Amino acid sequence: MKIGKKDIEYIANLSRIELSEHEKEMFVHQLSDILSYIGKISELNTENVTPMAYTIKASNVFKEDIPEPSISLEDVQLNAPDIKGVFFKVPKVIE
Amino acid sequence: MEYEVIVGLETHAELATITKLFCGCSTKFGVEPNTQVCPVCLGMPGVLPVMNKKAFEYALKAAIALNCRIDEFTNFDRKSYYYPDLPKNYQISQNYYNLGVDGYMDISVNGTIRRIRIHNVHLEEEAGKLIHPEEISADYSLVDFNRAGVPLLEIVSYPDMRNVDEVESYMQTLRKILLYAEISDCKMQEGSLRFEASISLRKKGSDKLGNRVEIKNLNSMKSVLKAIEYEAKRQSEVLDRGGTVDRETRLWDEVSEKSARMRSKEEAQDYRYFPEPDLLPVLINEKWLSAIKASIPELPRERKQRFMEVFKLSDYDAGVITEEKVLADFFDECVKILDRPKAICNWIINDLLREVKDKKLDINNLPIKAKQLAVLVEIIEKGTISSTIAKEVFSEMIQTGKGPQTIIEEKKLVQISDEGLIEAVITKVISSNPDAIEDYKKGKKNALTFLVGQVMKETKGKANPKIVNEILAKKVGI
Repeated sequence: MKIGKKDIEYIANLSRIELSEHEKEMFVHQLSDILSYIGKISELNTENVTPMAYTIKASNVFKEDIPEPSISLEDVQLNAPDIKGVFFKVPKVIE
Repeated sequence: MEYEVIVGLETHAELATITKLFCGCSTKFGVEPNTQVCPVCLGMPGVLPVMNKKAFEYALKAAIALNCRIDEFTNFDRKSYYYPDLPKNYQISQNYYNLGVDGYMDISVNGTIRRIRIHNVHLEEEAGKLIHPEEISADYSLVDFNRAGVPLLEIVSYPDMRNVDEVESYMQTLRKILLYAEISDCKMQEGSLRFEASISLRKKGSDKLGNRVEIKNLNSMKSVLKAIEYEAKRQSEVLDRGGTVDRETRLWDEVSEKSARMRSKEEAQDYRYFPEPDLLPVLINEKWLSAIKASIPELPRERKQRFMEVFKLSDYDAGVITEEKVLADFFDECVKILDRPKAICNWIINDLLREVKDKKLDINNLPIKAKQLAVLVEIIEKGTISSTIAKEVFSEMIQTGKGPQTIIEEKKLVQISDEGLIEAVITKVISSNPDAIEDYKKGKKNALTFLVGQVMKETKGKANPKIVNEILAKKVGI
């Protein structure tokens, strides 16, 4: 799969990161290399093989519906870049 | 041009668990913001989610109640998007192996049954709540993460609805099923039940569907119906002008009763679903499934049927009583105490529901106990009080919460059936109303009704009307 500058810009936008022209150029090459390396896998015949998402043979791990203490508001807000009263403060969201 | 309206609904219902989907935080509604959160639901690095078994089983219940196919294997996927109400920047949801697929729900529209197919039922986590400051000039929004991580059930219908009547019936029927099966409390005002509609038009007689428009921000069933009507009109106008309907998402504005296009940038979605590596898959075996099946209580349609067959209620009465689960439960409890279904049903529909409506009471918090109503009906049947007095006793019960016997004793309302006593009152009434007797003898039949009324007045309504009539008839010589 050929990666172009447009793809890099699209991915950067999805990830909400800003890239310089130099970085975009660099990632076009790096991502292309990575993809062609990974692309090796598609040479294998995977017909009738179900995609594997889990590497361990375990399932059905649950917790019971029993409340546990939450953490204090002070601790909750400790890592917040910005707060206002009991809330987290974020740039204006318009809809 | 004539068009057919094609509607599909996406429903979100918060599940009735007491803790969140992946952590032990409480799901209690209406508490101080950001006090029911922990590192897991705040999406701190390195934390691991663990699935709430009850939430999963509630979702299974819903899938069964909606006649879905449930495969042995199901798992969870990450749905990535950036929005400030989503702390992890991805929502744990289901995409590739939904826990319920290809179901259906039968709805009743103007007396006919329509089958609406369900595309899938799946489990996911709720987002936080954004608060927008009142001042337009404010350059910030506020976030409360108390709802983040609350288990959320999503039910996706096929675009099988053709008009607002069907949509309304779909929403009501689904709400009732979720309530009866005790899956969600379905409080729309608290956001625990929400709908999103997708609407497209199709030329009458054609089988080609037009572009689909999704409507969000619908806060009540009324909004859903209004938004659909608005959107159908808008699309038909676009098409009549020779234009094409854009495939887009629009937001409903409850105040102006209009929808507006979401900014296209926000609309450009690429969720990049992939299996959630922090959660293991869930395998559902027959044994588990039958246990869940057995735990589903009687659903609304069966309940209505039973009320009609076992208690001989009319279709209308059974419909009213089963409209709200609390009422149906109340009725069942009453008839268990006293086997007088028709009388009890009448009291519920005519008197209890009127009080609830007049006083704007919460239906989930009925002002009287089943035992009290059953005792009241029994007292009436025994003839201890007349039905007129019973109405007075009933409204006193609602106001004070006291039982009927206490009220009857306190207010000395016991019906007078002592013939000697009644006769004495009648003699007195006749002697003080000679004109009425004359009128009656001249053939005025309602003079007798007047005399009965006077006797009732003398006894404060407590005289047994049957005995009053008998003695009076004798006295005036019928």
